[in-house]
Amino acid sequence: MGVILYLAISLIAAFIMRVFFLFYKILKSDCQLISPNTCLRTIYCIGSGGHTTELLRLMSHLDSKKFQPRLFILAKNDISSEVKIQEAVDGSDDYTLYRIPRSRNVKQSYMTSVFTTIYATLSTIPILYKFKPDVIFCNGPGTCIPVCLVSFLMRCFFILDCRIVFIESLCRVQTLSLSGIILQFFADIFIIQWPQLRHVCFRAKYFGRLT
Amino acid sequence: MHTQYKKCFVTVGTTRFDLLCEYIQTSPVLLVLKKLGCESITVQIGNSDVEPGDFEKDGIKLHLYRFKDSLKADMSNADLIISHAGAGSCLEALELNKPLLVVVNEDLMNNHQLELADQLHVDKHLYYCTCDTLASTLETVDFSWLVPMSKPNPKAFVKYLDSVFKVKDNS
Repeated sequence: MGVILYLAISLIAAFIMRVFFLFYKILKSDCQLISPNTCLRTIYCIGSGGHTTELLRLMSHLDSKKFQPRLFILAKNDISSEVKIQEAVDGSDDYTLYRIPRSRNVKQSYMTSVFTTIYATLSTIPILYKFKPDVIFCNGPGTCIPVCLVSFLMRCFFILDCRIVFIESLCRVQTLSLSGIILQFFADIFIIQWPQLRHVCFRAKYFGRLT
Repeated sequence: MHTQYKKCFVTVGTTRFDLLCEYIQTSPVLLVLKKLGCESITVQIGNSDVEPGDFEKDGIKLHLYRFKDSLKADMSNADLIISHAGAGSCLEALELNKPLLVVVNEDLMNNHQLELADQLHVDKHLYYCTCDTLASTLETVDFSWLVPMSKPNPKAFVKYLDSVFKVKDNS
């Protein structure tokens, strides 16, 4: 009995140390990823409307031979994004679409959003486990929170070694989005598109306007 | 003002913006647009609670529809674009170098859209207003004062990504 308790405590302690280690790495912006493969399995978290357009524009500047295969994760009730994705991939077929429940609808209360986000997070576990991404690109819609959360947890358990790249939307000039506020602690690379945001986010990187 | 803004395009993107779709059909707004030379207005109403359709009012032809796969054609054909403050719509319009008036939706939570509209206005790329000030703004501003927006440059960002994400060289 004492042995089991001792083991349990050791495992929990090890897990906590692992989480702290990852946070330390992230907050120090130690985001290097050296892959033994010739390409990086990439996830794009697709929101709706402007978010989709922005992220897909960004994607068009990335080397599609380096960042593939591609998985687009979008919300269940997002219709317009699918068309935009098909245009953006431009005939190539090395991509997949996967839909998860929305973590938060526009104007939904923050209280109930906690539950819908938990539900969305659980729905994301199987696809992340199956796809095993190396990089996740997201730019702020609610869809990215469950994906990034699961990715971080899987990294804690050594199931994944994935890097999260968060690019705050061009809309955000003076203040961060809610996703940005949360992900400034979880994203390996955190990018802003207006220099003013440096005042509100301590580890943001600025490369000018990207989209 | 010598420029004639014959064709006007109004868009609310994927959102619902009832007030803008209603106000654009009201006589005060239509008459101001007429003074700017407007002959036809195409309104992309998205999920707004107004009826799509075609009709004429105050000497201007109106065409209301909900969605299209791409708004590029309608934007290209327009002489003046009136848009909600969504980044996608704004960028699409600005990339086509069209005179742009952004109408901020005061119903949206926290209204972060105002931040972008304000910054782009400071950079002289657009004007912005609310539904209440739509008519008066159209009446007073000079769209020829606006300057084109420069293209985005993700080179530095891509270079940085290449420096931190390394793959096995295939050659």
